[in-house]
Amino acid sequence: MDALMKDDDANRELLVFALGKEEYGIDILKVQEIRGYDAVTGIANAPNFIKGVINLRGNIVPIVDLRIKFSLGNVVYDQFTVVIIINVSQRTMGIVVDGVSDVMTLATDQLRAAPEFGSALDTAYILGLGTVEDRMIILVDIEKLMTSADMALVEAVAA
Amino acid sequence: MTIDMSQFIAVFFDEAAEHLASLEALLLKLNVANPDAEELNAIFRAAHSIKGGAATFGFSDLTEVTHILENLLDRIRKHETVLRPEMVDVFLRTGDVLQDMLAAHRGQGDADAEAIVQVTRELAQFSNEDNPASSNERISIEIAAGDEFDMAALLRELTSHGEIIDYEHGDNARPWRFRIDSTQMSASILDSISFLINPERISISEGEESDAGYGLFTPAEKSESTSADEAYGFFEQITKPEETTNDGYGFFEPLPVKKDALVEGEGFGFFVPAESLPIRETVVPQAEVAVTLVSELNRRSGDRVAADRAPAGDKSDTSIRVSVEKVDQLLNLVGELVITQSMLAQNALQLDPVLHEKLLSGVAQLERNTRELQESVMSIRMMPISFVFNRYPRLVRDLAGKLNKQVELRMIGENTELDKGFIEKLSDPMTHLVRNSLDHGLETPEVRLAKGKPAQGNLTLKAFHQGGNIVIEVSDDGAGLNRERILAKAKERGFNVSDSMPDSEVWMLIFEAGFSTAAEVTDVSGRGVGMDVVRKNIQSMGGRVEIQSMAGVGSTISVRLPLTLAILDGMSIAASDELYIIPLTFIIESLQPRVIDIKGMAGRGNVINVRGEYLPLIALYEIFNLPSKVNSFEEGIAIILEAEGQKIALFVDNLLGQHQVVVKNLETNYRRVPGVAGATIMGDGHVAFILDVAALVQMAQQISPPNLIPVAA
Repeated sequence: MDALMKDDDANRELLVFALGKEEYGIDILKVQEIRGYDAVTGIANAPNFIKGVINLRGNIVPIVDLRIKFSLGNVVYDQFTVVIIINVSQRTMGIVVDGVSDVMTLATDQLRAAPEFGSALDTAYILGLGTVEDRMIILVDIEKLMTSADMALVEAVAA
Repeated sequence: MTIDMSQFIAVFFDEAAEHLASLEALLLKLNVANPDAEELNAIFRAAHSIKGGAATFGFSDLTEVTHILENLLDRIRKHETVLRPEMVDVFLRTGDVLQDMLAAHRGQGDADAEAIVQVTRELAQFSNEDNPASSNERISIEIAAGDEFDMAALLRELTSHGEIIDYEHGDNARPWRFRIDSTQMSASILDSISFLINPERISISEGEESDAGYGLFTPAEKSESTSADEAYGFFEQITKPEETTNDGYGFFEPLPVKKDALVEGEGFGFFVPAESLPIRETVVPQAEVAVTLVSELNRRSGDRVAADRAPAGDKSDTSIRVSVEKVDQLLNLVGELVITQSMLAQNALQLDPVLHEKLLSGVAQLERNTRELQESVMSIRMMPISFVFNRYPRLVRDLAGKLNKQVELRMIGENTELDKGFIEKLSDPMTHLVRNSLDHGLETPEVRLAKGKPAQGNLTLKAFHQGGNIVIEVSDDGAGLNRERILAKAKERGFNVSDSMPDSEVWMLIFEAGFSTAAEVTDVSGRGVGMDVVRKNIQSMGGRVEIQSMAGVGSTISVRLPLTLAILDGMSIAASDELYIIPLTFIIESLQPRVIDIKGMAGRGNVINVRGEYLPLIALYEIFNLPSKVNSFEEGIAIILEAEGQKIALFVDNLLGQHQVVVKNLETNYRRVPGVAGATIMGDGHVAFILDVAALVQMAQQISPPNLIPVAA
């Protein structure tokens, strides 16, 4: 929260995606690209929300289905399934979401601190709640989330 | 004119390091009793090149030490001083000191001032005591009338050689004359001043002193050339005085290495030694020197190239330095290209060959070109293993001295090439192995003699290719491993061992962490850390270690590595719906199991009888928790794998084919997966995992206890 408040001069640009009925926003600078869900190779003995790895132009990139992880939305894989490729802590990974809605700018005064409960995510990973008209955007600290022990994506934490 | 010197300095550091390395290698190779003239010259040249570079960049401390070293070496190669074993020791230590000084200049640590003084003093001592002609000689120098030159620098240079007695100023019409008293040979004075003045203008003679040795030929002022080098007549000396000191081409050799200095505009930086560089007023004579030398070089390079290369065995002057990242990037791109190409080829297969003939032939050609490009790029990363081996003569020499052992080190196949990545990682484990062999393997001369062996032990480092692997062996003819002691120690430490274990498994015990049978811990080895590290390092490179040993005869430790980290030969196999790659190096054979060969072990899984040997049978789908698609063992294939001396049979659904795959690291973006060594991208763009056979073998052992494996039928 503090980190977000500090550089309030430059309003945060967010990529907003949907998981079930909730709307989440992540820092757009962490987003590399958005692509379809295709050709995933499963990893043996991995948790069910880690779908596997894909070949992203020669890089082996793991894919995490946030819908499974947080039990939100319909878990179906078709040509409309969206994967957001993000760059966090010098790693590239993909997250599967229900859909990407838009890119928006949130000013600091549109942000509220997150209450103790109210979303599928642990509040530790939530930077705040943004209000745009009558929509509520949950601001996610995607870096903290993806490198957490829960995700089992990163060696140091997972071990 | 401001030039960013830092890049040239970096080049100098690299080169100096190389020269030091070759200096050390040459010194170690040198037969002290009967030194080879060519080798002495090469040693001298290495010292000389360091000095030249150091002077150019103003590292005066380096210049000072190398100057003394160079002078002594110069005298040795001219047979004015007799080489002695102590000298080699001091030279080696000087090399170390220079290395420290270089590191200090790079900003890594400090040079030990005491050590510098010490070696300088020792070197000077050798110079003095072996200089019977230390009585001063009167030397006359005459510089032909002509352009002005840098008088200040010349005087300084002359003073450094001796005392100036007499001096006559010259100009366009009159020659300059100097007479100095010096303990040094006129040749070396000529050497140093010809950097300042066009050597054609210099004539030098050993004035009043007449030497019985060549007095007969002394009437002219050119007497010294005959003394310095009989092979070249005195007329050579006038035109190319440098050559009298080297044997012909030696002088020109360093030039191509210094190319950048030459291009950079300062010009011929190399030919202007320290003493003259800071003084820029008189550029003209210097330029003259450079022009003559360069044209000389051009003329000579034609007919001398072959001769130049062969004896020196020096490839550095035809190479360029490129950062490893650039090469890696290139390699990655080529990897991508290979994948794209095989994707194209696969799609092209579906086309009608009659309609698309041209396209298909284009695709075929692309495949050929890609393959060649890939091989070329791979070869850039390949370096001869001598980069690893070269440090051992010194290490062995020092250690043998410390341990009072006599060792002859032999190195075979130093030119075997392997991936640069391995070269770096290999030196640690190799050092452990070499130290181990020296400390534990080889006996002291007394023990050896008592056993009827020659007092001098043999340590052999050998590298060669075998199949798709490179094999590196460290063998000694020492005592060999002590089976009883290893077993006793293993029992003491609570390992699961039995007296009937085959040797190969007993030997592998020494790789366990903290395992040492050394009676006492020395500062060389015996702490039981080394071998553990060796195995870890080798495994991390995708290789394996094997030991052969016979009591009293010696032992051989072989390290088997894939040729490169980036590409491996693999067998693609199917298990359930997934495709996996098994590195070919681990596969011994594959067979279709018969039901009667497969026996259940109560609660321990299955074993398979392969020609009388029972191996644990592990189903890949079980390890990876995949849905089984085969109903009985007869429907699939058992692949016999070997890692770390252990064999297992891996049960898979099918063998698909053999591929060369580009290895991708899974940990870049993900974490380590047990049983998976890495990933690769197949021709269709899908990711396939490469199995980690060593880990699979370990997984298998968790299922069936190890003492059940070796029971023979």
